[in-house]
Amino acid sequence: MRDMIISELTQALHDIARSFAHFLPRFIVMLILALLGFVIAYVARAVLRSVLGLIKFDKLSEKAGASQLLSKAALPSATEVLSRFVFWVAWLGFILLGISVLGILGLQDEIARFFLFLPRLFVALFILFVGLLAASFFSRAALLAAVNANIPSPKVLSLAVRSIIIVFVLSVVFEELGLAEQTMLVAFGIAFGGLMFGLAIAFGIGGRDLARRLLEKQVVRGKKQENEDELSPL
Amino acid sequence: MAEDSFLTDDFLRQLINVGEVDILVGLPTHNNAKTVGSVVRAIQSGILNGFPRERAVIINVDGGSRDGTPDLVTGVSIDDMRPASNLYALRTLHSITTKYGNSPASGVAFRTILAAAELLRAKACVMLSPESTNIKPEWLSKLLRPIYREGFDLVTPTYQRHKFEGLLITNLLYPMTRALYGKNIYEAYAPEFGFSGRLGTQFLGQDVWTDGTDGAGVELRFTLAAITGKFPICQSFLGEKVHIERSSADLVPALRQTAGTLFAALDRDFTVWSAVAGCEPVPTNGTDQEVLLEPLRVNRKRLREMFSSGVAELESVFQSILSPTTLAELQRISRLGEDECRYSAELWVRTVYEFAASYQKSVISRDHIIQALAPLFRGRAFTFLTEHRNASAGEVENSIEKLCLEFERSKPYLLEIWKPRE
Repeated sequence: MRDMIISELTQALHDIARSFAHFLPRFIVMLILALLGFVIAYVARAVLRSVLGLIKFDKLSEKAGASQLLSKAALPSATEVLSRFVFWVAWLGFILLGISVLGILGLQDEIARFFLFLPRLFVALFILFVGLLAASFFSRAALLAAVNANIPSPKVLSLAVRSIIIVFVLSVVFEELGLAEQTMLVAFGIAFGGLMFGLAIAFGIGGRDLARRLLEKQVVRGKKQENEDELSPL
Repeated sequence: MAEDSFLTDDFLRQLINVGEVDILVGLPTHNNAKTVGSVVRAIQSGILNGFPRERAVIINVDGGSRDGTPDLVTGVSIDDMRPASNLYALRTLHSITTKYGNSPASGVAFRTILAAAELLRAKACVMLSPESTNIKPEWLSKLLRPIYREGFDLVTPTYQRHKFEGLLITNLLYPMTRALYGKNIYEAYAPEFGFSGRLGTQFLGQDVWTDGTDGAGVELRFTLAAITGKFPICQSFLGEKVHIERSSADLVPALRQTAGTLFAALDRDFTVWSAVAGCEPVPTNGTDQEVLLEPLRVNRKRLREMFSSGVAELESVFQSILSPTTLAELQRISRLGEDECRYSAELWVRTVYEFAASYQKSVISRDHIIQALAPLFRGRAFTFLTEHRNASAGEVENSIEKLCLEFERSKPYLLEIWKPRE
């Protein structure tokens, strides 16, 4: 009995030692990968920061309106946010690669899923950035056109254009990320439909006077109004 | 040759039939059936009177008219002129036409005319606008003679204008061009002008045709190219410039063609204008220009309202373009009543220079920068109209002269805020 216990204990100790001997090199490899990942991520961050500085990414982000969003959320500049994001994604990627080397069952599937998710994350971020850029451009274009055409409430028009584009972009981003696709689709449909319905009612009721004035202007061409049309700018 | 790629075979055949010419008259058109007949008759009469011995051609470049404009151009016979004028041309006066598209594009039209002038080895060319309903036969001599006989390469017009006509020219284009390029040219952007074949060929070879602007403001670019290329330039007084009906919506396109073209040229010509000091007078045939003073009803109130609302509504846009001091000053005056609101020459010059620098740096879309200038121009126009309501011709001229000097005086400020070329 005693021999059996000793034998089992010895066996268990051997198993532990074997497991440890089996695990230790993998753990060391994981540490090396994590360390290597840190160095690579650090270098990638520095390189990206320089490249973004060279291409004046902060200016671009300012134009896109992304900088304003970041400052409202008390976050650093767009270049800094993107550099840090790339640093963490790269380092996390290496750490997860190291963890997968450990061979822990169950974790490997999750890690593989993470790596498959990365391209979609980058595409979603790209869509978001371009979308914000487009929203900023078109809302400014609407604002300028409305001001120069002397249309009432140009800021409301500009805000409406920006909101429609941002809602549309967010729905595309969420769909790309695969997050709550159905919910987002329905939410987008309701928001967009609601907005259009609201605008239709607003123009229908609020724009009656405007429509009447426009018609009067078109139909009743009596005496020529005194206005700047009489002056040629050139 | 570069022009082989865009001149049609039919047009080339017509040019070959014409052969070499001395005088070329370029007439870009688009749905001008109402006026083009009288313009062509004036051209023919001008050639019979001024250049009967020269080989001449009228080249009509049409942007897809649907009212039969090209047929009217080629249909006017010079024989109709002879009994009335008792004059005979000793050479055949050719009249040919070509179509370049379905919508007007002044750059394409002008390029076609330049290419034709080069192929026909024209010595002197003149561009005329079919919208100039009061065109006189003597305009041809006034625009062509300095080139054909006196060795000039560019003849720009001066006109008799009402003191409140062409405010964009008098308050921005003329003073700014004069201050920066150092040439006293009143109408750097005009629909009528004469030029030598030499200048035309030089400009044709420049890289100005493929920048995606459809040649907006190409006439101004041409004048600036003549200045920077040190070509001899003079001006000719043509007389009254007939008012072309424009709606207020035309201000933004007008700003694109003038301010937009000038701001873009400043980037390209930095080495030239940054070295210019002072201003050289340009020889003028006839009077410099004449100012008409007859009463004109203008809605100044609307101009001021559009200025005030523009400054308020576009604050976020102006924050990207203007310095905080300039913006604060604009906001202050925009809140003043009609009697106190004055957009001073100094503030206007600072505003325009900051717009030019922002355009160069592309702080936002360049077209948006130009559009944002419209409400501010209305503010300046309001001030100009108010200050000169009862002014004499001399007072108006003095005021424009002062504005020119202010543009010159503030030039170091523009150089200071200009981004050095990397």
